[in-house]
Amino acid sequence: MFKSTFMAISAFSCLATINVANAATEVQWWHAMGGANGDRVNKIAEDFNATQSDYKVVPVYKGNYTETMTAAVAAFRAKKQPHIVQVFEVGTATMMAAKGAVYPIEQLMKDVGEEFDSSDYLPAVVSYYTSPNGKLLSMPFNSSTPVLWYNKDAFKKAGVEAVPTTWKEMEEASRKLVANGSKCGFSFGWQSWVQIENFSAWHNMPTGSKDNGFSGLDTELTFNNKTVKRHIKNLGQWQKDGLFDYGGRRGDSLPKFTNGECAMWMNSSAYYGSIKEQAKFDFGQAMLPFYSDVVSKPQNSIIGGATLWTLKGHDQDDYKGVAKFMTYLSSPEVQAWWHQETGYVPITKAAYSLSQEQGFYESNPGTDTAIKQLSLNEPTLNSSGLRYGNFVQIRDIINEELEAVWNDSKSADDAMDTAVERGNKLLRKFEKANK
Amino acid sequence: MIENRPLTTFFSHLVLLCGVLVVAFPLWVTFVASTHDAVRMTQVPLPLLPGNQFLVNLKLVLFSGLEGSGSPPVGIMLFNSLIMAILIAVGKISISLLSAFAIVYFRFPFRIAFFWMIFVTLMLPVEVRILPTFAVVANLNMLDTYWGLSIPLIASATATFMFRQVFLTIPDELLEAARIDGASPLRFFKDILLPMSRTNIAALFVILFIYGWNQYLWPLLITTDRDMYTVVMGISQMLEAAEQAPDWHLIMMTALMAMLPPAIVVLIMQKLFVKGLTETEK
Amino acid sequence: MIKRVHFNVSALPYILVAPQVAITIIFFIWPATQALYQSFLVEDAFGLSTEFVWFDNYKELMNDPYYLGAFKTTVIFSILVAGLSMGVSLILAAMADRVIKGATTYRTLLIWPYAVAPAIAGALWVFIFDPTLGIITYIFNFLGYSWNHKLNGDQAMLLVVIAAAWKQISYNFLFFLAGMQAIPKSLIEAAAIDGAGPTKRFWTIIFPLISPTTFFLLVINIVYAFFETFGIIHAVTQGGPANSTQILVYKVFNDGFVGLDLGGSAAQSVILMVIVIILTAVQFRYVEKKVAY
Repeated sequence: MFKSTFMAISAFSCLATINVANAATEVQWWHAMGGANGDRVNKIAEDFNATQSDYKVVPVYKGNYTETMTAAVAAFRAKKQPHIVQVFEVGTATMMAAKGAVYPIEQLMKDVGEEFDSSDYLPAVVSYYTSPNGKLLSMPFNSSTPVLWYNKDAFKKAGVEAVPTTWKEMEEASRKLVANGSKCGFSFGWQSWVQIENFSAWHNMPTGSKDNGFSGLDTELTFNNKTVKRHIKNLGQWQKDGLFDYGGRRGDSLPKFTNGECAMWMNSSAYYGSIKEQAKFDFGQAMLPFYSDVVSKPQNSIIGGATLWTLKGHDQDDYKGVAKFMTYLSSPEVQAWWHQETGYVPITKAAYSLSQEQGFYESNPGTDTAIKQLSLNEPTLNSSGLRYGNFVQIRDIINEELEAVWNDSKSADDAMDTAVERGNKLLRKFEKANK
Repeated sequence: MIENRPLTTFFSHLVLLCGVLVVAFPLWVTFVASTHDAVRMTQVPLPLLPGNQFLVNLKLVLFSGLEGSGSPPVGIMLFNSLIMAILIAVGKISISLLSAFAIVYFRFPFRIAFFWMIFVTLMLPVEVRILPTFAVVANLNMLDTYWGLSIPLIASATATFMFRQVFLTIPDELLEAARIDGASPLRFFKDILLPMSRTNIAALFVILFIYGWNQYLWPLLITTDRDMYTVVMGISQMLEAAEQAPDWHLIMMTALMAMLPPAIVVLIMQKLFVKGLTETEK
Repeated sequence: MIKRVHFNVSALPYILVAPQVAITIIFFIWPATQALYQSFLVEDAFGLSTEFVWFDNYKELMNDPYYLGAFKTTVIFSILVAGLSMGVSLILAAMADRVIKGATTYRTLLIWPYAVAPAIAGALWVFIFDPTLGIITYIFNFLGYSWNHKLNGDQAMLLVVIAAAWKQISYNFLFFLAGMQAIPKSLIEAAAIDGAGPTKRFWTIIFPLISPTTFFLLVINIVYAFFETFGIIHAVTQGGPANSTQILVYKVFNDGFVGLDLGGSAAQSVILMVIVIILTAVQFRYVEKKVAY
């Protein structure tokens, strides 16, 4: 009795699968968007699926960025890879070096005959993911850049009149704030990204040789220069003086800002949604500060976030579905919606102008800070992004060394020299593994 | 009572109460957090007394909240965790009983080799060998199945080790008597060994159930089908949302629900668990 | 090792061990062998280019002060976890042993953290000690003590120790209480008649008599701290700040799973495996001896 029921059920489920298979080709999309953004990812996939019946995009949450990337790598080694995987910007070099594993998006679009023009995209966004011969490797999806979030109410209370644009003004404003009872002046998250990678791009300085790693695996880190060291030393001093208060490697320090402890916070523009929900005060976003004695005006900031990589090893027909989905994803309507909902920057010029037409920036002042900052100037070789192998680990090293400066167990000079030395070892290892 | 010292007894109760309070404090915080709304949980000082959002949050988590963040309703995840935990517990106990029986009661060629092969697996956690294990499971086409979720975690000798200890303490006379009665090995196993290790089986069931229930990284790696997600995975997903502040009220509500089933198992089986554990010392 | 009396040789024992041996070979020995092989390789993440480098990965580890530092951190962490959780449970068990009335109730109230997943336990403690939001942090601030485990390595270590020890208290408590309750009451009574107070009785009679339990728990707790606290470190500190809570198991995971340095991570796994085998042998010896009397 049991056995026959079981067989009936399996027969039925077999039939069901076949039916689905006939109906649409599945395209697996592994992503790292938890929380509310996970919801939005699902909506994008559902909306796409509703526009046509040949392909069905299936979004699968695979943990945070590193977990998603490792899951895809493990799956590839076992030949069970998804079609599309979302990889964060620091994984770019690893993905790019894996020529046998990734299917460059521009190539894919061309192969299946899907219309594609990389000049539709914002230069500051695509430059990070473009191969030396100018071909786009992966499809930008969620890109953001660090901005300066500030608490207008606290500024008013402490008599800070203008939003700081230089680090000198940052220091002065912080002193005023602390003198007026604030617990600290400012804090930040993703410190390597904000205070070293973007700091260098903003001051038009390289973080490493070979155009920040763009033009060769034999690149070496060079961010232990005078300017970075001086900046890190200042931050260390300000931590001691109580002007800056460290609160964790990622976004962990957000409550310091939303609770009014620190009136300024430097982190991704994509925190817009969370800040809007939690802050009980008037807040604004401004461009990052710079040292006016190093450069007379800032260059442009670089992006963070993630792109969608396509993996090889599927039927050519599947890739038609991938291409259709990518086109849908970068359509102005979808992009503008995604940008306005999440605080990530729009990836195409059309989506940016659509948002302008819709009056989004007028009703939400400050939300165009990120995109303005990214496109402040034409990106130079120092401000196009960076491409270092093993960069996930290198960022960990930078985190460790910076933390040692913040808790006063190492000098800024030592920490930066050690970070570069340890990082270069990993770069050599990567070079060796990817010969 | 050996002597009557009301003051010392009072002191003992006081210390114990303090202990209970300290141990239970995180649970209280979890509960309180699950009864407030999102915004309240981001403002200092956090509440120490329950709010009035418990049912709202419960409904959100049970029916829509988690759905919204890309994972199935908690119900499905709880069910998957349950199946996984039971498969691991039952599977490991079954294979371990059999192999411990063979190793203790039979003398056969390669016995020692088998013995060491099994025991070398004693402690190395899955996290450490996770990528090669993933490759094996993928090649066997066991991704996204309950088997894939559970069997690789069964490959560990703790249970075999424990049953071996139990069997060694069972008097030899029992076996002699059984043989005089003409009982076959399997009959001896069924009629004597199994009943005699009842409490140990119960204790192991609790340990393994909890072990299985609490797995995080393994289910995350091998499931791509939303309908196979487990609840501990679901919580981490809410914690890790990129570039967003965590929704503590929902996380804590889910944590509460994820803690409940294994805690109930421990509490219900408390007596057998304690007895089975402490009599053999693991 | 084996019963003096046993069944005759037949196919049966092979059939009995078959399931476990099969599972062990497929899901443990085979992946472990692959890890061993991988520890001699330098490879890119996707496995597209591979080079055999003999012992380079090991040499690199041995010359890496941060890896050797993780050894030290692991030892300190294990001692602290074992000390804290065993100390607290010993006190609680001694008290519960005294009160008789209500001992079971206390046991029920103390046993449940055993059931909490490390990942969840970590999240709970992070929440309680969050540098801004945390309730304990708030109380500390009120008392004029500043808490920021994201910045201060000692505080971070303390936090992971508390979280790890908290989960282990229930287990230790059970064993200590059972050990104490197994001591014949007549012994204690005799000492009481001789005029020994509760504290003296504890140190002269109870504590020596439960020493086998204590030793057993010490081994269990150290093994726990070494290998099973991965989830807690992952949820609480990710090894930081500045490496202050980087323990060996977490480093294997972090280098391999997060950093995708498969060769280096595999070499670390192999070293860990050797440590495991040594620890197992020690524990085995001890348990064997115990069963003998």
